[in-house]
Amino acid sequence: MTMMTGAEIVIRCLQEEKVEYVFGYPGGSVLFIYDELFKQDKVKHILVRHEQAAVHAADAYSRSTRHVGVAMVTSGPGATNAVTGIATAYMDSIPLVVISGQVSTTYIGQDAFQECDTVGITRPCVKHNFLVKNVQDLAATFKKAFYIANSGRPGPVVIDVPKDVTAARCKFTYPSGIKLRSYNPVIKGHSGQIKKAVQLLADARRPMIYSGGGVILSNAAKSLTRLTRLLDFPITNTLMGLGGYPGTDRQFLGMPGMHGTVEANMAMQHCDVLLAVGTRFDDRVIGDPEDFSAIARKIIHVDIDPSSISKRVRVDVPIVGNVPDVLEEMIRLLENRAEKKDIAGWWAEIEGWRARQCMKYAMDGDVIMPQYVIEKLWEITRGDAIVASDVGQHQMWAAQYYKFDQPRRWLNSGGLGTMGVGLPYAIGAAFAHPDRQVVCVTGDGSIQMCIQELSTAKQFGLPIKIVNLNNRYLGMVRQWQEMFYSRRYSQTYMDSIPDFVKLAEAYGHVGIRVEKPEEVEPALKRAFVDHKDDLVFLDIRTAREANVFPMVAAGKGLSEMILASENM
Amino acid sequence: MRHIISILVENEAGALSRVAGLFSARGYNIETLTVAPTEDHSLSRLTIVTNGSDEIIEQITKQLNKLIEVVKVVDLSEAAHIERELMLIKVRASGKDREEMKRMADIYRGRIIDVTDATYVIELTGNGSKLDSFLQAIDAELILETVRTGVSGIGRGDRVLKI
Repeated sequence: MTMMTGAEIVIRCLQEEKVEYVFGYPGGSVLFIYDELFKQDKVKHILVRHEQAAVHAADAYSRSTRHVGVAMVTSGPGATNAVTGIATAYMDSIPLVVISGQVSTTYIGQDAFQECDTVGITRPCVKHNFLVKNVQDLAATFKKAFYIANSGRPGPVVIDVPKDVTAARCKFTYPSGIKLRSYNPVIKGHSGQIKKAVQLLADARRPMIYSGGGVILSNAAKSLTRLTRLLDFPITNTLMGLGGYPGTDRQFLGMPGMHGTVEANMAMQHCDVLLAVGTRFDDRVIGDPEDFSAIARKIIHVDIDPSSISKRVRVDVPIVGNVPDVLEEMIRLLENRAEKKDIAGWWAEIEGWRARQCMKYAMDGDVIMPQYVIEKLWEITRGDAIVASDVGQHQMWAAQYYKFDQPRRWLNSGGLGTMGVGLPYAIGAAFAHPDRQVVCVTGDGSIQMCIQELSTAKQFGLPIKIVNLNNRYLGMVRQWQEMFYSRRYSQTYMDSIPDFVKLAEAYGHVGIRVEKPEEVEPALKRAFVDHKDDLVFLDIRTAREANVFPMVAAGKGLSEMILASENM
Repeated sequence: MRHIISILVENEAGALSRVAGLFSARGYNIETLTVAPTEDHSLSRLTIVTNGSDEIIEQITKQLNKLIEVVKVVDLSEAAHIERELMLIKVRASGKDREEMKRMADIYRGRIIDVTDATYVIELTGNGSKLDSFLQAIDAELILETVRTGVSGIGRGDRVLKI
């Protein structure tokens, strides 16, 4: 065994974990680590332009692959800049390891240059974090961090490494396995509970399946699809769960919740048995929990995290376990049953709701409707692109009108709702999937929150297509101001929006402005065909005051939807 | 409902702030909190007295279990248990009050552990309401200072919290 410095150990640990990319930004406290990074080529470092983007890119790398994403930042401002990225990953349960530099142990607590209490600051938004004060603990800490991040309900783990620890030496051995007496996530679902659930499903007359991000994270989309087809039940996928079941399939009712479809929300409300899978009855999904619970229905809830169960809504059959295993066991039990309940009446009712065509929107002559852009984008990419979205109206339109047939194609900040994730998400996905089309759907507000990453995309030649639905408003906030604040558009108009075409060109990319509906399709084709290998920034001037419908106002019940289609 | 939650955590820096931070971040209430290492020095034991509906207590227990450094969580108040709290009270004890204070301490099975011409320090253990009742029984004017440890609790009989 050779003696190694802490910095060498850090890089060796990343190699042992088969880390392909580290997204990061150097600085004083991580100089030794960056020096070791320089001396090898197994772990590739992607230099971003802001630490927030490093964490977002690592997060998207993970979302689009299933592997742990890795980011590295320096102490102080490097770490604080990373916090938004960490909190974003935490809210969506994304496995990350974030390495932060720290001032030397002898300086900790002295208000040293670029010192901050990283472990303290990140504690509420990580699954776990570590401050490594002794080089002897470094390798074991990395092993633990990767294990914790990617097991049970996944999440981000921060490892804070003081500079003197990266310089200190010790012998290196990487632990082959890890066991923590205080951390043993439940994997196997209780078979008695699964039997009970299967009985309920078999007896249901008005069944409904509601699945979320847990299905994507646990790679359970195939099992979920098999189960849903076997039962011939209607299904809805939450914003985080899109792609968990094919979006173009007849049994798919669209997204539930605040901007969900009539059929999905009504079926959620009026079913007699609800099978909730890898989802958490979030406020944007079920609206007012009292209103939701006022209707009697049996709820089966499958989730890896016991604390998700009966947190907002009391459930009847909780099943804590690894989602795909539980679903497979359900399938096995159901396949052995001969008799099937007739649910044709329920389907007829659902088709009645579907016939209301809640997603219809009016085309408005010369003005580009944002929904239309997403529909065209879906056509031109044959529904097969990785779509990284920012946060706002464009995010909802993308979720509603781009039909995801596969998991891990839709990347967005569902829990924290972080504006600015779009471009770094596209960057992370582009590294993970060099052969796929990667699109960033964004808006004129969001894109400016991480616009500097156009430079990263240039450096690495990433052929991302940016679809900027530019309505010259902070659209989602404006929509709420229109609907609930008597159209007082407080601070939602930016009257000095940059010329995005010139901006894209300044960064060395291709910029295309699109101002008329008939220009949309040719422009998309130019971007995806003529400029296949370039980053193209499509600045699309859309209807200024288009709204996202249907809408359930915050705190209301799911049946109280505001529709646009019926006022047309 | 009042609950006493006992928690075994890894005796590591930061474990306490994870627990305390969880309570504040999720809006749970901490009435008292005590913490000290156990006979196994790799573990600390925390006792938290909190208030909440059954749903909230269930969430508190689940959320605590989710913390990586938490080894075990038990709601002591779910079954027969003993709770004790230690209080030190510094009282004015001069003139006619001196004898009276001694008598009150005896009645409550307190011990006088520090004596000056004008003051006593009384040590008193019991459950919270016993300590409250002592404070009410003596003349409030005479209380100079009090300090309480918060509740420690243990299950009755065979019920053991150990790994």
